[in-house]
Amino acid sequence: MASSVTALPDKASRRSNKSIYMVLGCTVFAATAQVLLKFGATHPMPQLSPADSSTWMPFLVALLGNYQLLLGYTAHSCNALLLILALKDGELSLLYPIIALTYVWVNLLSMYFFHEQMNAWKGGGIALVIAGVSLMGWASSRS
Amino acid sequence: MSQTPLSSILLVLLASLIGSFGAVFLKMGAAHLKRGFRYIVNWQLAVGVALFLGSSVPFLIALRHGELSVLYPMVSLSYMFALFWSRIFFNEPITKAKLGALAMILAGIVCIGAGGRQP
Repeated sequence: MASSVTALPDKASRRSNKSIYMVLGCTVFAATAQVLLKFGATHPMPQLSPADSSTWMPFLVALLGNYQLLLGYTAHSCNALLLILALKDGELSLLYPIIALTYVWVNLLSMYFFHEQMNAWKGGGIALVIAGVSLMGWASSRS
Repeated sequence: MSQTPLSSILLVLLASLIGSFGAVFLKMGAAHLKRGFRYIVNWQLAVGVALFLGSSVPFLIALRHGELSVLYPMVSLSYMFALFWSRIFFNEPITKAKLGALAMILAGIVCIGAGGRQP
């Protein structure tokens, strides 16, 4: 990517590269959020009965204490903000499919945190997504 | 072979269609930020976020009867829809490189979904 910046030093292409890096950042936030939400979902929560007001407070306190859930939503918010900033300058048709990289990170993180197994299908799929995203990056440096 | 009913597949198609429109509205709303960051509060961004959140509703309903490994990869069809909306609404060119890259990404996600079915 750095070489394409020197090959095309005009302002427009530098800006489009910056947008791509921002969307790459989005995918990291989105994958982190998914792992945090998965942890947060296993956090023990008291029963909430909307009709019974005495169950509201314990539920709210538990919700605020579920820091993984809150961090997960924070990461999702960062993801959305960064995506909006990236879309300000970049082409939607280039940037939007890059979000698919989230699948790659989620799979790698799941292997580490949830001991999910790697197999040939997953490995091949991850390689294809990375190749496709790289091709998108290359396409943007030419447009 | 698959136990995923057609209704679930149609619901996920609907979800990805809604999601792709969410991206269109985010792009429209993001243009306001060129005048300054404080323009981040605008109705297009609000609609975009609402559509993204709303797209999860048909997806969750679909998941009740369908398999995640079949349905999750289908969400990426929203990238394909977004390619067409980008051409129509923002005059972005559809190039061979974009189509090729998109095909690789979609194929990759289908493979990842297939890998998720294995023990």
